[in-house]
This record gives sequence, C-alpha cells and structure tokens, in this order.
Amino acid sequence: MNTTTAIDIRKIREQFPVLHQKVNGKPLIYFDNAATNQKPKQVINALVNYYQGYNANIHRGIHTLAEKATRAYEETRHSMQKFINAKNVEEVIFTRGVTESINLVASSYGRTFLNAGDEVIISELEHHSNIVPWQIICEEKKSILKVIPVTEVGEIDLDAYRKLLSSKTKIVAVNHASNSLGTINPIKEIIKLAHEVGAVILIDGAQAAAHLEIDVQDLDCDFYCISSHKMYGPTGAGILYGKKELLEKMPPYMSGGEMIRDVTFAKTSYNDLPYKFEAGTPNIADVIALNEAINFINTLGKEQIAEHESELLAYASEKLAAIPGLKLIGTAKEKVAVQSFIIEGIHHFDIGQMLDTRGIAVRTGDHCTQPLMDRLGIEGTVRASFSIYNTKSEIDEMIEGLKRIVNFMKP
Amino acid sequence: MSISQIQDEIINEFSLLDGDMEMTVFYIMELGQKLPVMNEVDKTEDNIVKGCQSKVWLTAKQNDGKVFFIGDSNTAITKGLVSLLIRIFNGQSPETILKGDLYFMKNIGMERFIGTQRSNGFAAMIKQMKLYAFAFKTQLAEKE
Repeated sequence: MNTTTAIDIRKIREQFPVLHQKVNGKPLIYFDNAATNQKPKQVINALVNYYQGYNANIHRGIHTLAEKATRAYEETRHSMQKFINAKNVEEVIFTRGVTESINLVASSYGRTFLNAGDEVIISELEHHSNIVPWQIICEEKKSILKVIPVTEVGEIDLDAYRKLLSSKTKIVAVNHASNSLGTINPIKEIIKLAHEVGAVILIDGAQAAAHLEIDVQDLDCDFYCISSHKMYGPTGAGILYGKKELLEKMPPYMSGGEMIRDVTFAKTSYNDLPYKFEAGTPNIADVIALNEAINFINTLGKEQIAEHESELLAYASEKLAAIPGLKLIGTAKEKVAVQSFIIEGIHHFDIGQMLDTRGIAVRTGDHCTQPLMDRLGIEGTVRASFSIYNTKSEIDEMIEGLKRIVNFMKP
Repeated sequence: MSISQIQDEIINEFSLLDGDMEMTVFYIMELGQKLPVMNEVDKTEDNIVKGCQSKVWLTAKQNDGKVFFIGDSNTAITKGLVSLLIRIFNGQSPETILKGDLYFMKNIGMERFIGTQRSNGFAAMIKQMKLYAFAFKTQLAEKE
C-alpha cells in the first residue's frame, strides 16, 4: 500500500512550525531525527498553556492551580503506562530521559545487588549512556563488564551472547534500536535468554519510542527507558519503567523533598512508588507536554508511522547506495529509519557541512558510539534519520547535494 | 603585501560569490586543495592544533626574519580555512603576526557557516600561529 494515501504528510507537516523555515536560503530539510525530533504545535501549546494557565508546584499544594497541575502531570503517567502497556501506573517513573534512567538503575539496583565477580553484559551497539554508567558501577563493585559483539551488518551476535551468559550474569543492558545504525534488536529473545540465567535486563528504548510498538509486559523486560524529546516531546523529560517488585527492593537514587514519607533527624522513611524515585520538584511542564506527544503518536498510530518511515528508509538506502564511492554503514535486516553512510575520500564533517549549506540537517561523527565505530574500523559516519514529516522529495534533495559534493571532490 | 591588504583581497574574492553558501564552501575547499603538500612525517601528534573538531596539523619555519607555515587537515573545509590563514601570515615578520588583527572572517560571512565548534577551532589555529611567531621572535632576539 502506498502510505501517501493512508496519511497526508502535508497535513502532518503543518503541525510542525519549525519545519516552515529557510536555512541558508533553502527550505529546511531535517534529517537529524535520531538526535531529537521536532515538536508538533500541540506539544508547544501545552507548554505555553501550563505556564500561562496553571503553573504550580504539584502533589503537596491544596489550591486549585496545584490540583490542576498535579492532575495533568499524573495524566501523563497514565498515558505513558498505556503507551508501554505497564501493569501498574507506579511502575512509570519520570526522569530527565534515558541517560538518567540508566544511571538510576546502575546506581540504585547495581550498587545494591552487584557483587565482586558478578557480570554485566552490554553490546557493541550501545550509546555511551548505556556503557559508561555500567563501567562506573562495575569498577566500584569489582564486577565485570562483558560486551556482546556485533556482526559486519550491525546486528547483535546472538550466539556470542548465549556464550557470554552464565550464572554470574546479573544485569544485561541493550538498546531496542541502535542510534548509529538503526538496527532493531531481537530484544524479546535477548530478554528471555537473560532471564534464563536469572539476570535482570534493561532496555534502552531511546530510538524505539517514536517508531516501534512497546509492550513491556509482553517483552517481560525488567527496566525500559524512554526520552521524551526523541518522541516529539520536550527535552529534559523521560521515563524509567521498572517492574514493581524490583523498584520496591531498590533504594532511592536521589533524596530530598517528594521522595520522603516522614523525616526526623533520627530517621527518614521513604515515600511509595513512584515518588520514592522522584526527589525534588519534577520537570512539571515538560512532563505535561509529553502527554500531547503521546497523543500525537497514538492518533497517527505506530503502524502507520513505521510504514511511512520504512518506505523513506528503503528509498533513501537505495538512492544512497547508487552514489559512487558511498558505503552504507548498518544494513541489518530489521531497522528503524536511520541510515549511516560514508563516502570514500571525503570526510563526514565536510559532507555534513556541505549539506547544511543546502539547508539539510544530518548528523556527523561517532554518534556517541565510539566503541561501535572502532569495531567497524571507521572514525564516524554521516547519519540521516527520518521521521513521519519527512518526504521522498527531501531525500531527493539530499541525494542531489551529495552528488554535487562527490563531483566537486572527484572531478 | 600587508596583512590587511591580503585580507581585503580575500574579502573581495569572496564578495564575488554573492553570499551563496554552497559556492562559498566549494571555494574554500578549492583553496585548500591548492595548499602546498605537508610531508606525512610532519603530521605528528605534536603538530596537531588542539581545540579543533577536525584534525589540523601546523608547522612553521623562520627564514630571514620571516615566518613560513605549512598546514594540513583531515577535512577539506578546514584545510581551506587553514590555507586562508597561511596566505595571510606567510612571509610576515613574527612581530607583524603577533600584532596582526584578523577581520576577514566576519566580512566573508564565515561565522554564519562555520558554527561555534569550528569557530573555536579557528581561534585555536590563529593562536597556534601566533605562538610560533612568538617563539621565533624570542629566538631572533636571542641571536641579536
């Protein structure tokens, strides 16, 4: 089926004010969606409405504004619960995003349950934010960090993973989809295997939330992390999903107001979930606006989003591969709409800069995955990542720009 | 030619591009391609200019009280920018380089497309060239 008949991309684009501008004299083409995607009007308006209409500190106030703000904030928690199909609403903890969520688990769960000689498994595909927190806690607890290798096309080597697993494995942490290569990992299988050896598993869902169906009960994952700004929501907000029985066993990560029940100088008792992990005044405005981002995705439907984005990915990959000297990096069978590439003899910075002169925004560099770049034997890539509001004609523009660069560099 | 005369010449050349971003960048890269080749043996860790996003190597020698630079970069645009600086400073006395006021960047609209990360790198390149000039100035003073 042709997606253009199913969803009207023009109408969707109208909802994104930022797209309607010129950059360096050319209409903006935004292909840096894996870094952060753009925000629809509903999300922006929700921020404005909150600050103009009912800005108040939540949970403890008894006045009308506080009540209204509390209700809106908690509504997002309920929407998020449905969005990921969590069993209990208190399993949704608001954080600043995936990085904080992973740090929370590494610090709280890791510090409590890891012992000397225990093993933590991550993969070569991970973003630095799913590497460094584990390195730090492993060093502290004298635990051992093990790494699942990836294949040439950028897929996790499941056989190698099976071999790494043992009774020593206590935590496995992998992403749902790779930010650098777009690979969608077979997390259901990865989770099942982790559980077979009694390990808990954390999924970094940063690149999945706006594209893939997430059902934490069906997946049976122990922790799942999401960033709002990668799913059409504001920056500085996100969630940690955790199974209730695990979260209850974990000590607080940060302390202060909100996370307490009773405080005396002799002893403090902690609040119930999820507030135990939400110390201090939270990011009220951005969490409230995140609800609109969830609504935006739900209204379109992930299936339709995925269909459009897959079509863009297939189109782009084919056109890119036809450019002389261009090599696609990351050609896994299952992918979100991310395509990395390099062009022989032309530095990725130059390509990014040249495309920018034509108003085209792509990402260049190692994408916070230096170990993956080392594994692939490259310094970095150009990464084009697509979203629901992108079009094939925008891809044509990028291809045209790339051809001009290649022609200039190799006359 | 004086430092200002060379800068005015550069400003004049770029003005012909009429602010077209793509043409400007192509032109910068073209200038980089014309830069004299730097020997691979000179591309050492010591000769790397710290603070640039791209790799930039810079060496200098002094001849008859004048300073001459050789530079290179792993990216074409940065190499073009290096070539502009070399064009301005080559053959000048250490004193002139140290006092040299660079204004051409603004006039060719460079800030607009170089970005803050690269701008810092650009400042690092200028600083490195002035450090070489300072070293030569001290050397020459000692000889006298």
